[in-house]
Amino acid sequence: MSLDNYLYLSAILFTIGAVGVVVRRNAIVVFMCVELMLNAANLTLVTFSRINGTLDGQVIAFFTMVVAACEVVVGLAIIVTIYRSRRSASIDDASLLKR
Amino acid sequence: MTMLTNNGLVYLIALPLFGALSLLLLGRRADKWGHLLATGMSAGSFAVGLFQLSEMLGREAESRPVTQKLFTWISVGSFNVDASLLLDQLSICFVLLITGVGTLIHIYSISYMSHDPDRRRFFAYLNLFIAAMLLLVLGDSYLNLYVGWEGVGLASYLLIGFWNQKPAYATASKKAFIMNRIGDMGLSFAIMIAFASLGTVSFSGVKEQAHDASEATMTAIGIMLLVAAVGKSAQFPLQAWLGDAMAGPTPVSALIHAATMVTAGVYLIVRSNFVFDAAPNAQLLVVIVGAITLMFGALVGTAKDDIKKALAASTMSQIGYMILASGLGPAGYAFAIMHLLTHGFFKAGMFLGAGSVMHGMNDEVNMRRYGGLRKFMPITFITFGLGYLAIIGVPPFAGFYSKDMIIETALNAGGAKGIILGSVTLLGAAITAFYMTRVMILTFTSPKRWDDNQHPHESPILMWLPMVILSIGSVISGFLLYRGEALKHWLEPLFEEHGEHTELLPPIVVSGLALLMVALGVALAVVKYQLSEVDAVAPENVTEFTRVARRDLLQDEINETLFMRPGQVITSALVKIDESVIDGAVHGIGKMALGSGSFLRKSQTGFVRSYAALILIGAVALIAAIWVVTT
Repeated sequence: MSLDNYLYLSAILFTIGAVGVVVRRNAIVVFMCVELMLNAANLTLVTFSRINGTLDGQVIAFFTMVVAACEVVVGLAIIVTIYRSRRSASIDDASLLKR
Repeated sequence: MTMLTNNGLVYLIALPLFGALSLLLLGRRADKWGHLLATGMSAGSFAVGLFQLSEMLGREAESRPVTQKLFTWISVGSFNVDASLLLDQLSICFVLLITGVGTLIHIYSISYMSHDPDRRRFFAYLNLFIAAMLLLVLGDSYLNLYVGWEGVGLASYLLIGFWNQKPAYATASKKAFIMNRIGDMGLSFAIMIAFASLGTVSFSGVKEQAHDASEATMTAIGIMLLVAAVGKSAQFPLQAWLGDAMAGPTPVSALIHAATMVTAGVYLIVRSNFVFDAAPNAQLLVVIVGAITLMFGALVGTAKDDIKKALAASTMSQIGYMILASGLGPAGYAFAIMHLLTHGFFKAGMFLGAGSVMHGMNDEVNMRRYGGLRKFMPITFITFGLGYLAIIGVPPFAGFYSKDMIIETALNAGGAKGIILGSVTLLGAAITAFYMTRVMILTFTSPKRWDDNQHPHESPILMWLPMVILSIGSVISGFLLYRGEALKHWLEPLFEEHGEHTELLPPIVVSGLALLMVALGVALAVVKYQLSEVDAVAPENVTEFTRVARRDLLQDEINETLFMRPGQVITSALVKIDESVIDGAVHGIGKMALGSGSFLRKSQTGFVRSYAALILIGAVALIAAIWVVTT
């Protein structure tokens, strides 16, 4: 099986994630879409690592996972806090910074 | 030859400077005794001057100058200016004149200003003036001189505007200051040219190079020095400030605007004799300025009814004589200084006399409202009369010797120049005699024209004593300086030898001619004012000339149309340019930032999703661009 298919899969996953971030309002869903994009990127990295026969891509993939874990911790904490105070998880409601 | 050093010179300046500073800093606490301190400081400075003179007399002619280095002022590479004082045969004349006449005027002012609530401030300024003027004549370089030059300008400004609660007086002080600035600029240019082309600004340094430097350089320095002298000494065409300067208290007019400060220009030219000797064209210009001013001042003097302004016009004219003499080269320098010294006595004396008359006449200055004061103010009459005889040049009074020598030197200048200058000085002598006789008659000998509210009376002793001393000076000083050519020999080591001098007319004939002119002037004035009725109000049906002369021969109008109006136009144009172009650019940049900010602000919606979409679009666009470029 050609390794190209992994790249196609990661491109599809990334596109789904990106579209989800732009079109969905629910913060949790947006969050999951971001995770999807991160994992698509990881898949690409690992695939290229395989194609090139080096370990660089895999090392970066680990870094990405660590960053994603941190992001989840902080991001979820923020979402929960906002939900508690505003009774809403819609990210369009959290648009106060423009003022 | 190294010059002797003397550490006592600094006291000449330090004493009056200490007086000025302590009076200004102590404020009202010094009100009770301030005038005494100031007078004491001035007298102390005079005593130091006398001591220095006695020391100087005890030495050989070539080792008479002494210096004192105060501190190193500027030291940049090879360029060095020390703040040093130089006392030589020329400066000692000025030191004694300034401190001597200055002390007498301090004494006079104690009484004259006794009713003024600001007497302490007045004395502080007087002491400041003395200190600055002494620095002017004692500086050993043009830069040191410049400090004193500015200092006397400041003191003059402060004292002319001493009663600045009257707007006209405040304006007069500003006028004097601003017109002086033009001259000051000349001096600073002269210093800059000397520094740029000769690399030195000290008198001795410039003197050494005067012969080797190009004539063009020397002419440029000379003309700039002349501009400076013209401003400070109220010479044509910068003379308009002197008449208005009479707004100051009368002792100020006597000290600053008659005896000392206005003669600083003559000092500058005589001190820079080496420059002018090396620049015949500049020297010729000096003579021309002197000749014009001497006629100008004399003509204005014939029409003035204000006693102080008549005397001011006379001062202008007499300084014209000095400037003319100093432009005649080595032959004239000594006579310029001689006339300066005798003039210091008789003109200061007459100004004090005018102050005494005003004191007795409720500050009335219009001579048409005087008359017959001889009986009421005998001492003032006699002292003023002696000054009068001195200024018109009646032998053996002081002015006779000094003015006669100038006329003689002018006639002997050679060729057409000699004849023109000789006739100008002779004619000037006649006009001087006319207007001074007019002042004398209108004030003292004609029938009284004042009303009965006036109670003219003689001034107190503190006022007439200085007048008496000055009048003695105006009687004997000329003879003392002339006898055996005393002043000429005294100053000789400072100047170059002058070559053969031609004699157009024998001296006795010149004196005779001068006396004839004086007699004519006096006779005309007697006929016009003593023997015929004088109006108490200035008549209107007068000749066009009188009308113009009353307005200072239109110099103010000329200045206004030629300089002030165009200056105002330029200024308002500059203001407009400043407002529209420069401010416009600054404000425009600010407005642009504001406008673009408020436009770009609209893109900041606060919606996370739109930011994310923008990031996405941006990233896609970036990748697309890279793709396009690389393939």
